[in-house]
This record gives sequence, structure tokens and C-alpha cells, in this order.
Amino acid sequence: MKMLSYKFRVFVVVICACVFSQGAVAAETLSIVKKRGHMQCGVSQGLPGFSNPDDKGNWVGMDVDICRAVAAAVFGDDTKVKFTPLSAKERFTALQSGEVDMLARNTTWSMHRDTALGVDFTGVNYYDGQGFMVRKELGITNSLELDGASLCTNLGTTTELNAADYFRTNNMEYEIVAFEKADEAVAAYNTGRCDAYTTDQSALYAQRLKLTEPGAHIVLPQIISKEPLGPVVRQGDNQWGDIVRWSHFAMVNAEELGVTSKNVDTMKTNKNPAIRRLLGVDGTFGTNMGISNDWAYNIIRTVGNYAETFERNVGKSTPLGIARGVNALWTQGGLQYAPPVR
Amino acid sequence: MIDKSIIQRWRARVGQRDVLAQIAVAVALFLAVYWLIDNVVSNLERQNVASGFGFFNERAGFGINQTLINYSEDSSYGRVLMVGLLNTLLVSVIGIALASLLGFFIGIGRLSQNWLINRLALVYIEIFRNVPLLLQIMFWYFGVLRNLPSPRNSFTAGDVVFFNNRGLILPAIEAGPGAIWYGLALLAGIAAVFWFKRRAKQARFVAGEILPVWRPVALVLVVALMMAFLLAGVPFSLEIPVLRGFNFRGGISVIPEFVALVLALSLYTASFIAEIVRAGIQSVDKGQREAAAALGLSNTQALNLVLVPQALRVIIPPLTSQYLNLTKNSSLAVAIAYPDIVSVFAGTTLTQVGQAVEIILVTMLIYLSLSLLTSFIMNWYNARVALAGGSHG
Amino acid sequence: MAEWTPKPARPAPASTVGFVGWARRNLFATPGDVALTLFGSVFIIWLGGVLIDWAFINASFSGDDRTACLKPVQGACWPFIDAKLGQFIYGRYPEAETWRVNLVFFFGLAGLVPMLVPSAPFKSANIFFLLGFYPVFAFVMLTGGMFGLVPVETTDWGGLLVTLVVAVTGIAASLPLGILLALGRRSKLPIIRYFCLGFIEIFRGVPLITVLFMASVMLPLFLPDGVNFDKLMRCLIGVALFSSAYMAEVVRGGLQAIPKGQYEAAAALGLGYWKTTRLIILPQALKLVIPGIVNTFIGLFKDTTLVLIVGLFDLLGIVQFHFTDASWATPETHITGYVFAGAVFWVFCFAMSRYSIFMENRLSTDRQ
Repeated sequence: MKMLSYKFRVFVVVICACVFSQGAVAAETLSIVKKRGHMQCGVSQGLPGFSNPDDKGNWVGMDVDICRAVAAAVFGDDTKVKFTPLSAKERFTALQSGEVDMLARNTTWSMHRDTALGVDFTGVNYYDGQGFMVRKELGITNSLELDGASLCTNLGTTTELNAADYFRTNNMEYEIVAFEKADEAVAAYNTGRCDAYTTDQSALYAQRLKLTEPGAHIVLPQIISKEPLGPVVRQGDNQWGDIVRWSHFAMVNAEELGVTSKNVDTMKTNKNPAIRRLLGVDGTFGTNMGISNDWAYNIIRTVGNYAETFERNVGKSTPLGIARGVNALWTQGGLQYAPPVR
Repeated sequence: MIDKSIIQRWRARVGQRDVLAQIAVAVALFLAVYWLIDNVVSNLERQNVASGFGFFNERAGFGINQTLINYSEDSSYGRVLMVGLLNTLLVSVIGIALASLLGFFIGIGRLSQNWLINRLALVYIEIFRNVPLLLQIMFWYFGVLRNLPSPRNSFTAGDVVFFNNRGLILPAIEAGPGAIWYGLALLAGIAAVFWFKRRAKQARFVAGEILPVWRPVALVLVVALMMAFLLAGVPFSLEIPVLRGFNFRGGISVIPEFVALVLALSLYTASFIAEIVRAGIQSVDKGQREAAAALGLSNTQALNLVLVPQALRVIIPPLTSQYLNLTKNSSLAVAIAYPDIVSVFAGTTLTQVGQAVEIILVTMLIYLSLSLLTSFIMNWYNARVALAGGSHG
Repeated sequence: MAEWTPKPARPAPASTVGFVGWARRNLFATPGDVALTLFGSVFIIWLGGVLIDWAFINASFSGDDRTACLKPVQGACWPFIDAKLGQFIYGRYPEAETWRVNLVFFFGLAGLVPMLVPSAPFKSANIFFLLGFYPVFAFVMLTGGMFGLVPVETTDWGGLLVTLVVAVTGIAASLPLGILLALGRRSKLPIIRYFCLGFIEIFRGVPLITVLFMASVMLPLFLPDGVNFDKLMRCLIGVALFSSAYMAEVVRGGLQAIPKGQYEAAAALGLGYWKTTRLIILPQALKLVIPGIVNTFIGLFKDTTLVLIVGLFDLLGIVQFHFTDASWATPETHITGYVFAGAVFWVFCFAMSRYSIFMENRLSTDRQ
């Protein structure tokens, strides 16, 4: 009995120590990240073009690039970032709990998420919309011909809700088969369990590469929803939010100003004041955010501008072969528009 | 005297220690729980996450492909929970029935004098219980059912029943208004079973007479059904499924996720039930069978009145825990998109609403109540059986 | 004097000895038996034929991509397993570092085998090696970051490695935890008793998958801001707590079977609660429930597959993941992969169950 009570006394002491040592831990993400020496970025569990490990196990993709850009802005080194693959279900909790510092996981910016989940969206790095992929042999060209179809999709995404809305407003019947993982949904579609696979159109192109015969499937041109995909940070840390937001804007601005990873060093001597401000030659924009003034220079030098990351990961020369479309710069009729660095 | 006082003091001290230890545990527990809850609250508050159960009344907005009660996208999240729970119960009940049936036969096979059958049963048991259930579920769903034909090329039985990669499509029986009479007839049949069984039992105990049970029951049922026919004719019609567009319309469709899940659950659990049945039957003393024969009981009577009741007493407790396991294992449905409670509630609803704490707790609470309810019934049954066992002495 | 020698006994009739006699007794005793035997034989021949056709005759054995497995009548696609074997064992663990995993496997085996063979010497040194040195060694080797080893993130672990890490940690943690819970449940102190009872009933009442969801989605919220566990670690905690509840019930069965006299004898010797428990009660109780303990281990080993649902890549998870590789997409890839993974799991579980039967027999002869 003596040992018993002694052990429990120790236990109590330990528990008390735990309780009282938990003072207010400051939620300054930037200082935590700097102290840790790397940034932790939440990405998907494998979506070609956006976040996917390559043959050597390195993460590549547009979402990965935005993470690297933030790391470059903070550390001047785009390799100081580690990736945490997250399921759709885990992503917000992982962000809320501080397991990751930011989320770049083809996540749709919706009002509910922005206002009720304790997170903030910092921008849109890809304007997407939900579409359908079907077998060519069905001879379908319009998504309105899908009456009575079985749809495979991922569980717990906006996709499920959009599909429901779309079929109901058009008075069509449907059967939804929702899988925990995208891979399982694609596998089920591939085996013929479903007539169509529905998710964001960019992801349809990406997942099509995983099918037995990619050529036997088409992505229907119709888009049934707005899916602005963008990086997400915890609510309440504005400084960190600013860094993530402007990392994306820096890449868009760089494209607009013609600054690329190839010419960024010569551009430093350019007379254009907008370029000089962007690259940190003039002004103190970086230090205002708590990072160095050559933050944007580091992003462009290591990751490139928006056009470069787009073409490298999802563009015409990649297996995905996606056109710029609405993701072109505003000056070219697209939606990508960044406020000026001024 | 001195000795006694030492012992008393020692006793008192030990008593004090016990109290102290308990207080320490209670305080530690309280602090630990307080700490955890405090963390959750402060975490959620800081991040401005909604809390509470208000979402139960909100519109769900997503579709579910197997619903036993009325459900549409306009239904609430509370309704989603009900749909999921019923789907869990459905797959469990059917899985339990099939697993019991199969497990019983294989258990008997294990006891067979026939070497070949004996070995076959053993091989079955060793294979199915030593491979993870999740793997078996995926094997049936992604491995086997994928090779089924498309709806256009369905396997069919007389163009009434269809089997394809969208599932098993059966004709629906539609009941007209007169069907109530048939329902009453069936009720009469069930009542007759109870009545005649009771009478037969009394007769057996009081006079040692053996009264027939099933023949009079059949008679009652036939008469009742004939009366129903005279009153209502045939108020049933078949709704035969037809292929229109992508899928079959009409009829009842059993989704392939359900087929795969039931198949895997019952094949897996049957291997455990078989062992339980074998152990149960072996536990009945050989002398019991001989004694029954000596009393002049027929084989069936010996089985019904002597062997099975005794074997059941050994079989029932582990069998219940297998049933419970099967019910809990049905949560693996989430891997193959069967809309059970974990999939639609702890899955879709969780991500749409984002309130992980509330939703996971509710889900766990539901499973917990199912399991506590079962063990409650079990204890009651055990007490009853034990009492009956003691009364003969 | 002629000694009387009995005539040698006549041999038993040919139909009662040897194979014929055996078959008569065991296969063709009654007409019903004959029918069953015939039915069984037909079934075995049919099933054996299907399996041999699939696994050997129609199977492909070599090739570099899916084209090797697209014959008109195709059986198993073994080249798929061959090409992915490294991934199935190590996951995304960097190829240059896999020697570390191999070393951990090797030392584990080297520590375990002499432990399992009852006649092997140096048991206490062996226990020290397995419980003291080995966990530290395995941890350092696998995670790296010390002694000049490259750090390897647990997100890169996968395949059999993760399966074994989860299973072994679960087994190592659940036994002591389960024993404590079982003792607590039988404690005379009500608060401790009710706490243990509640813990056991709660974890036994819910499916493991909800516990894992809790560990992966909810646990981070239970911890103070800024404190975090690795995802693998969280799953390990979930699995360990879950299986310790089951273990507690098994151990309790053993404790209940110890006659009261043992406690009284221990008390008469002047032993306190912990000494009585440690020296008298537990050794006997645990011996009694070895089959139950091993069954719990087997259950835990099979349950490790569930971690794939929360996004870890155990053996089944990584096999499933590689089905998405379009260069190996054939109608037979899935079945081949599942059969392979199933066979690996089966070997482990079957070996454990055989070992438990072996120990049971050995211990029961000890008692005689």
C-alpha cells in the first residue's frame, strides 16, 4: 500500500506540473516557425499537379510551390519546409491544432469554412470548378445528360454538396457513392462502380492519369460550381496570414512585371520602381511583415513566378495539360490579380 | 496486548493509506480531465470554432445512396445520424444471421467423424480468422465485385432479378390496402406458436405428455391466410426493375458496398462462431446423450431437450461478444463507402460541420450504448439460464 | 523340452488396417459419410484447380509493367509484387537508408527467437535486451537524427515496417497497461475500481476506428497550444489504449481463477499487496491465460490494418496505394495484391496461434 500511495503522489505531482507549466503559449506562428527552423505545410495525400510525391519521394505541385514560396520568404531557403499529407477530414483540425502552420491542400474557400472553422483563407492560387469525368463510350458531352447516373466522389468535400444541388435543381436522379480517400473513389470509378467521377476539374485531369486507360475517359466541359482553391492559415494570427497572402501575390506580381526565376538577378537593377519595390531594392515591405526585405526576391529566385509554377506543374507541357483559362492574369482576361506592392 | 495494538495501528494506517490513495487518484483524475477539457475549450475558443449541438437541426444538403427511412438533401444532420445508425444496424443484423448460420454448420463440420469434412472446416477457420477483416472487405469489394458486368450486361435470373457492378437489383413487392389482412393472418400464426408451445410445455411438465406444436400452428396459419384471401384477394403486385439510362429504375437495389460488407463480415465472424459452437457442443458430457437415449428420448428430442440447452449455456456468452464485435466491425464500412454511421456521420457530417469533438463523442456514445445494452440483456439472460440450471436440484 | 510358443496372431483383416482401414473408418463409415466425402472431394478438386490455375498456370511471373499481365486468360500478376516489394516492406523510407530498417528487423528477430524457445539460456539478459536496449535502439535507428544518421520523417515510413512498429508497440504497451487495469478493476478501492471499469468498458464498447479517428482528428485539440504528437505516435497511443482494455479482461480471467488460498498463504508469509501480486498471483494468472493473451495479440496485429483509414500506410495501405499506379493497372492486380498482403498477415497470425498452442501444451505438462 505504501508504494501505491507513493506512486499516486508522484502521479499527482506530475499532473500538477503539467497543468501549471501550461502558461499562455504565444500563438505567434512566425516566431515558432523561425525557432523550429522549418515550416510545416499540410498538403493532400497525393494529387498530381498540386501536391504529389515524385519518384524520388520529393513533394511537387502547385500547392507544394506555395509552401516552398512561404519558406523562401521566411528563411530565404525554399527547402526549409516539411510536408504533412492530410485527408479531407483531418485538414482543418491539423491546422487548428498547430500540427501544420499552413494548409495548401486544394481547399475550397467557402463562407462556412472561413467563418465557422476558425481558419482564414489568404487568397486563391487556383480558380477551379467542379466537373465530371465519364467514359467516352457513353457518348455523353453534356453533364445534363447524367440523369440517373451513379457518381463516385470523395467523402466530406464541397463536391458532395454541389453534386446534390446540381442534380436537384435540374430535376435529375443520381446515386452518390462517397469514399474516404480520393484513391478509393478513383479505383471504384475505374472498375465501373460509377458512371461518373466528380470533383474539381483540375483534379479530374490529375486523377485521369491514374486510370487504366486515360484516353478512354473525357472530362466534360461543364462546370457546376465555383471552387476557388487557396492556402489557409489559422484565424487570429494576422502577421502570418499576411506572409502567406503576399507570398502568393508576389508570384502573381512577378509574372505581371515579367520577373522570372531566370532573370530575377538582372531585374534587381531594373529602373521600374514596381520591380524595385517587389524585389526589396526599395522600401521596407519585408521587415514590415517581420521577414527580410528580399523575401519576394527569394521566392522568385527559388520557386519562380506564378506562370512558371503553373506551367511546370499543371500546364500544357505536363501530363495534365491544363490551359491557363480563368487562371490567366487579369491583363490577359483571367482572374489572377494581385494588389500592388506599394 | 502490545501485539494487538500494533496490528490495530497498522490496520488504521493501511485504511488511511487506502483513503489517501483514492483521494489522490480522484484528484489526479479530476485534474487530468479538467486539463483536457480546458485545453479543448481554449483551443476552440481561440480559433473561433463553433460548438454545441445546434448543427443537428441544420440542413445536410448531401445525398446518401441507401436510406431505410425517408431522407433527402433537405433533411437535417440529425436525420443523417438516424439513417447511418439504421444502415449500421441493417448490415449488422443480416451479417449476424448469416454468420451464425455458416458458423453453426462449420462448427458441426469440425466435429464430424468424416476426416475430409473435418479438415475442410479446419482450413476454413484457420484461413478466415487469421487474415485482417479490413483486407477481406477490400478483397471482396475492390478485388472481386469489380469484375462484375456493367448494368447493360447484367447477370439475370428470368429478367426479374439482376446482378451487376451496381449491386443486386430485386423486384419490389408492392402491397395494396388489403395487405393488412395478410399481416393479421401472420400475427395469428405467431400468436399460435406461443400458445401451443406454452400448452405443450405445461402438458410435459404436468402430465409428461408430448403434445404436437407445429401441426396445429400450421393449421391455424393456413386457415387465417385463407380467410385473408377471401377478404382481400391478392393485394400484392411486383414492381420489376427496368434498365433505363445508366441504371435500373424501380425494384429494390442492394448496393455492392452492402454485399461486400455483409459477405466479409459474415465469412470472418463465422470462423470464430464455428470454434465457439464446437467448444459448446464438446462441453456437453457424453453421458448426457447416453442418458437421454436410456430414457427413451428420440434423437431429435435428445438434441432439443438435453443437448442443445446445455451447449447453449456455454455458447451464448462468447457468441454475444462475437455479435457485438461484428456490429463494431461494421464500422469498417467507411473504407468502401457503405453509408453507415461512421461514414455519413463521423465522416461526411464531420467535415461539413467541422465540429470533431461533438461528432466523434456522439458516435462513440452510440456504439457504447449498443454494447452496454447488449451486455445488459446478456446478463439478464445468463441469470435466467443459471436459475433454470439450479432449479432441477 | 519343447517350450510352448503361441502361434503368431493373424494379421488384422486388410480392410481394417493401413490406408484402407483408415479410410473406411474416417471417410466411408456410413452412406451419409460417403456422400459427404464425395462432395468434399469434388469441392477440393474444383477449388484446388481454380487456385492452381490462378496462381501458377495462368499467372505471369516476369515483366516490367502491366503489359506482362494482360493475357486473354490471366491469373495472378506476380511481377507487380516483385516490382513493388521494396515499397511494400519499407514504404517511402529512403532507399539508401533501408539498411537501418533491416538492422532493426534483424536485431528484433535475434532477440525474439531465443526468447520464444523455452530451452534457450540467458533469459533474463534476453529480456533486458528486448525491453531495455532494443526499443531505444530501434527508435534511434528508425527515426535517425542522432549519431550522424539522416533523420527520416515518420510520414515516409510505410509497408510492413509500419505494420510491425504499430503491432510491436501495441503489444509491448498493452500487456503492462492491461495488467494494471485488470488489477485496478479487482482493487478494493472503489474509486480506482470504477475508473478501471469505466476505462475498460468504454474502450471495449466502441470500434477501434472511432478511437483512431479520435486520435487523429481530436487528440490535437486535447493538447495545449503548440504541443503536438506525430501522427504515427497518435495512432500508436490509440491502438495501445484500445488493446489494453481487451488485455485487461483477459488478465482478469486469469486473476479470478487463482484460488483464495494463494492470497491467504501470501498474507501468512507477510507479503504486502504488490509483492503478493508480483511474486505469487501474476505468474500463475498470466500462465493460465496465455492463449487469451496471444489471441489479443493476434487481434491487435490484424487491427493494425485500420491505420490506413486515418492515412498511415501500413502493409495493406501501401498495397492499396500502389493499385493507383497506372503502369500496373490490370484486372488481376488487385486480387494479386490482396492475396499477397493476406498471405503475409496470415503467416504472422498463424505462427502466433501455433506458438500459443505449443506453449499451452508445454505449460499443461508442467503442471502434471
